[in-house]
Amino acid sequence: MNGALFLALRRMRAPLLVLIASYAISILGLVLIPGRDGQGLPWQMGFFHAFYFVSYTATTIGFGEVPHAFTDTQRLWVTFTIYLTVVAWFYALGKIIALTQEPAFRQVLARARLQRKVRRMREPFYIVCGYGETGSALVAALDRRGIRCVVLDLNPERVAEADMAGLSVDTPALAADVRAGESLIVAGLRSPHCLGVVALTNDDRANLAVAVGTKLLRPELEVLCRCESRDVAANMASFGTDHIVNPYESFARHLGIAMRASGLYLLREWLTATPDELLPEPRFPPLGQWVLCGFGRFGREIAHCLDREGIHCTMIDADPAAVQGVASGILGSGTEAAVLEKAGIRGAAGLVAGTSSDVSNLAVVMTARELNPELFVILRRNQRSNAVLTDAVGAQMVMQPAAVVVHEAMALLTEPLLARFLAEVRQRDNDWANEVIARLVGILGEHAPETWTFAVEPRACPALHEAAGRGAVSVGDLGRDPRDRAELLPVVALAIERNGDLLLLPLDADRLRIGDRVLFCGRGRGRRKQQFLVHDANALRYVLTGEDVPGGWIWQRLASRRRARPAGA
Amino acid sequence: MNLEKVVFGFFIILAMTMNFGFFIGDPTDPAQHNIYEMFAAIVVNLVATVLKFGDRTQMGAIHLAASLVADLQLMAGAVVWAWAANASPAGLTPAAVSSVVSLAGGAFMANLVSVILLMVETAQLRR
Repeated sequence: MNGALFLALRRMRAPLLVLIASYAISILGLVLIPGRDGQGLPWQMGFFHAFYFVSYTATTIGFGEVPHAFTDTQRLWVTFTIYLTVVAWFYALGKIIALTQEPAFRQVLARARLQRKVRRMREPFYIVCGYGETGSALVAALDRRGIRCVVLDLNPERVAEADMAGLSVDTPALAADVRAGESLIVAGLRSPHCLGVVALTNDDRANLAVAVGTKLLRPELEVLCRCESRDVAANMASFGTDHIVNPYESFARHLGIAMRASGLYLLREWLTATPDELLPEPRFPPLGQWVLCGFGRFGREIAHCLDREGIHCTMIDADPAAVQGVASGILGSGTEAAVLEKAGIRGAAGLVAGTSSDVSNLAVVMTARELNPELFVILRRNQRSNAVLTDAVGAQMVMQPAAVVVHEAMALLTEPLLARFLAEVRQRDNDWANEVIARLVGILGEHAPETWTFAVEPRACPALHEAAGRGAVSVGDLGRDPRDRAELLPVVALAIERNGDLLLLPLDADRLRIGDRVLFCGRGRGRRKQQFLVHDANALRYVLTGEDVPGGWIWQRLASRRRARPAGA
Repeated sequence: MNLEKVVFGFFIILAMTMNFGFFIGDPTDPAQHNIYEMFAAIVVNLVATVLKFGDRTQMGAIHLAASLVADLQLMAGAVVWAWAANASPAGLTPAAVSSVVSLAGGAFMANLVSVILLMVETAQLRR
């Protein structure tokens, strides 16, 4: 704020001096020039009246000649005064308005406003660097979860979008270069409520700079970076960046899982889908020969994954440098039928339209479908605004880099236990996954599940913590309805984290211990009832013992006497 | 020699001298305190204040504070004078004049501080 004030004062020096001088000259003239009062007697205007008169004349209000009508000499001076002071006022006003419009001044003000807002934040928040397609989607997702964000982006237009995004809580945003450590500090890096920093710009180097800055200034904070190149990712990992998300690699890895182990793939799809949306119809990419259009970073990751699965594929790219030295590379544009034919599209099982241009991807798909209508198509969609077109073409799988990053980031940031579970699951075989799916199918119906975590800790779940301390609660107990313990809630316990180890699919009889973290998955209704159960000691006691315990102290005394009487009799 | 320094020093010293000129004399006698001098003191003080705007140093901050105090004192004096001369039924009594003069005296002290600061600042420069 100080900076803005000093800048304003410095700029206001000249206009204020002009204003003071014009007032002084006008007032002095009015006081010196002799006048006449109502009776025609000589009269001298005092400073008070002169100041009053000049004040309303200079601001063009003009109450007339007070307290007495002016003489002609006075009128001559007043004419001069009017031009002098009114011009001075307009000059000063113009300067003030110009100052408020000046980008440098507005930037200083915006920075000060952001700092004030961040200082007042009393809830935990993330700093999100980069408010493009990915950043805005992540901020919206965090907002739905009730987690606050501070947004930084180089582009002022995007920052303005953050203000208009219709988020449920105020999200401070600032146009600033995220590569400068200063910007991170302004955004609240030093705040005790800062949970971590998320770098999602489309520039790997900028994301790297954010990670370096954060790890230097607050090494204990969580850092998540989007990164599309392997070199930079290795660099990030070298100094302890907590999470590195590469949308292409991540998608390619899941594609590989989908080809090899459909159950594992389906399980992951279900657990990371947005809760309560209809479950996507499972589509499994066929084995066989594949054609890849666009051999950039995305194409390379896909080719790498197909290669690992032992699938033969042909690559097409218009850039000679991209296909040079690649055995099955073809130079040309995938939008031309001849090039596709040469790549063997007629005999291919699948096609990946993965260039960085949405329009050429669509063109590739349409041309290829004419040649081979049976193709399994994976379409890369770079911009959300092209959703209408990509939906119309009806690809079997759509790869959206922004959505991939957001899904991954949400799991890592808000459900670290789920992220760990999913990483663990990848090592399991397909039969295991099918068993979990069979359990889930029974409770889910057609909607995507919610996932949540209970920590057996006094603050998070008081009732559960107390009962678990006595060793009285098993995993199965948490799956009972607090209204009628014979009813089972639509929930499945996926894992328990105990002393740093992850126990997958705990049995109903497993006892909970203090400090455990339990990952559940199921319907929202089950989550709400379970929430009640772990907080309310009476509800939990009913579920554990079947006794309906009265709530208040008097009723509890009466109940214990009633229990004691038959025992004594 | 720096013209900016000349102008700056000129206004600060002029503010003090004008102020002193008005202040000196029998505090109850309106004839010994020229109202034009009061007006000039106010204008010069305002100009001196504006000239001090935008200096971010510690010295600059104290300079500005001293000037603001002087402005406040002088304007309070002007309001008392205007009220006594125009609105009060008793007119410009010795009591009213003495309160205007004592307010101006306070402003003079603030202006003196400004000038002392100016001298200290100059003494620190070894050029």
